Amino acid sequence: MNKVIMQLETLSCPTCIKKIEGALLKTEGVESAKLMFNASKAKAEYDPDKVTAAELKSVVEKLGYEVLKVKEA
Amino acid sequence: MIRFIFKNESKITLIAFMLIASGLILRFSELTSAGNIALIAATIIAMVPIGIKAYQAIIMKLFSIEMLVSIAVIGALLIGEYVESSVVTFLFLFGGYLEARTLEKTRSSIKELTDMAPQEASLILEDGSRTIIDADDVEIGDRIAVLPGGMIPVDGKVLSGDAEVNEAAVSGESVPVLKMNGSRVFSGTILDSGYLEIEAEKVGDDTTFSKIIELVEEAQDTKSNAERFLDRFAQYYTPGVLVLSIIVWAITRDLHLAITFLVIACPGALVIGAPVSNVAGIGNGAKNGSLIKGGEVIEKLSKVDTLVFDKTGTLTKGRPEVTDFKVFTGEKMELAGLIGKLETASEHHLGRAVTEYAEKIADFRAYTMNSTKGVKGRGIEGEINNHTIIAGNRKMMIENGIEISESIEAYALEREKKGNTAIFAAVDSEVSAVISIADKIRDDAEEALKTMRNNGIKHIVMLTGDNRHTAAAVAEELGIDEVHAELLPEDKVTHVKRLKAKGRMISMAGDGINDAPAIATADVGLAMGKGGTDISMETADIVLMADRLSQYAHALSLAKGTMRNMKQNIIIALVTVVILLVGVLMGGVNLAIGMFAHEASVLIVILNAMRLIKFKP
Repeated sequence: MNKVIMQLETLSCPTCIKKIEGALLKTEGVESAKLMFNASKAKAEYDPDKVTAAELKSVVEKLGYEVLKVKEA
Repeated sequence: MIRFIFKNESKITLIAFMLIASGLILRFSELTSAGNIALIAATIIAMVPIGIKAYQAIIMKLFSIEMLVSIAVIGALLIGEYVESSVVTFLFLFGGYLEARTLEKTRSSIKELTDMAPQEASLILEDGSRTIIDADDVEIGDRIAVLPGGMIPVDGKVLSGDAEVNEAAVSGESVPVLKMNGSRVFSGTILDSGYLEIEAEKVGDDTTFSKIIELVEEAQDTKSNAERFLDRFAQYYTPGVLVLSIIVWAITRDLHLAITFLVIACPGALVIGAPVSNVAGIGNGAKNGSLIKGGEVIEKLSKVDTLVFDKTGTLTKGRPEVTDFKVFTGEKMELAGLIGKLETASEHHLGRAVTEYAEKIADFRAYTMNSTKGVKGRGIEGEINNHTIIAGNRKMMIENGIEISESIEAYALEREKKGNTAIFAAVDSEVSAVISIADKIRDDAEEALKTMRNNGIKHIVMLTGDNRHTAAAVAEELGIDEVHAELLPEDKVTHVKRLKAKGRMISMAGDGINDAPAIATADVGLAMGKGGTDISMETADIVLMADRLSQYAHALSLAKGTMRNMKQNIIIALVTVVILLVGVLMGGVNLAIGMFAHEASVLIVILNAMRLIKFKP
């Protein structure tokens, strides 16, 4: 199980939380996803055999949010 | 494409504004159809980002404010209210823009913290030369040089050099701390003056500084009960508004009234009011040295009426110090040298206190120790400069056949009643000095306790594993209401439970490990976190970064201030909705005015929360 933390652009709408979390969770291989609204960070745990951090980044970007930094741990 | 639109939302807003302005001028110049075209264009352009967001939310089965606005705008277009449709979309976007800017301000405290994170490190290579590398690339064991004005990039140990370091980033205290060989230094702290070479021990996300940032970020998103309630409320409220406006339309057959209702009932300020207060409050706490872990902790802390303290390390410094060095025969400097030198051989923490004190008076190099012998639970004896020195408690004196005179005994007893441990020191079988050692009360304890009493604390309790005398002395000096001494960690839990059963709201403060069970049992647990031991930082609800009780007092009044602020915000939000509803029913509030008042109320609650950033008790 890998973990990724993405720093997003400053989020201002509370509905973004559910949108981004929902989209990440729907992605095959993602175990858990949490969005920290005030820190504008998305955290996700995923199975590295099924999905990559870069793919998760594009999931968020497709929703229209800028991903500033991706950190894998 | 979507990203492009979101990124240029402010430009879209501006274009919409210009189209609205020209549309209105055209209409004013009796060119109504041309004016209407401009207004419709403005509506459509501004609707693009709103519509996308509404659609994205619907896919996730979410009711969003964007959806309500979209429906209202489409309705307005259908009934030919082009002025209103365009002004509403513009105001919604413009309000969103202002919200984002002001929200950023409420988050500024934590932003300032993360901006303080070190960027680069000056690595010392094997040949002694230096090279600049990224702070994230430093590895454990690397040697790093830090110059004046430079930031320490990792947690580590000083290898050489000495310097004054500003540790505000980890302790909230900006008074510089002296660092020399062997001292611990922390990532994110700044070298004021001097030069240090350090060895990296913790790097990247493992440093104390990174952990603090992570804790604060998580805290700001930990919701309080009030927030959770509002979230649930909004979940039903938004679709509820939709249903209600349909009912309004069904009854009145007035589409204009129905869509106006839709817009003014948007839950904006209500949803954002509580979280912004918490974010600003937690940010203020972090900047002032108290890490408060979330809105729920703020809520509970604001209701606390009983404080429970551990003694050693919490109310006191946790390190014994010499409080008096009373000489009966002989000369002080000479005695300090003899006794201090003897105690260098002691492994007892009281012995260390004596040595630390004596070092400042005498030069130990003038003394040679021929032999020493420690006696467990008694003291220590040895031969120094051809004198027989014996230091220890009464038993040590009696067992060595040394007589303690009545006046010396009376003095020692008096010191003990004041909470000291008395050590008798005999030179060649005569008691020459009595050294009093005590764990001193923290300098800011009295003041902090007084402040907290003025802030609604009704009862202060001290629980300690220490003896009755010492406990009573500390309690008397600080004016503590209830004292229990000679306790085991589980006894502390029992006392906390007993106090809770009386219906009191308890905040328990301790220095981490042995107090952990009691900290976990209390309504609010608070730990002294100096240097940030992981256990204390993780178990407690609040961590005092510089171990200062004044930070505790600050956190308490901050919690009350934050709750007050949150209530004000909820009231502002509710009052706005009520006034608008009445306005709609009485007539006179149209779509555009409704949207304006709605956005204004959102901005007002954010601005109100921003006052907390500068909050000072």
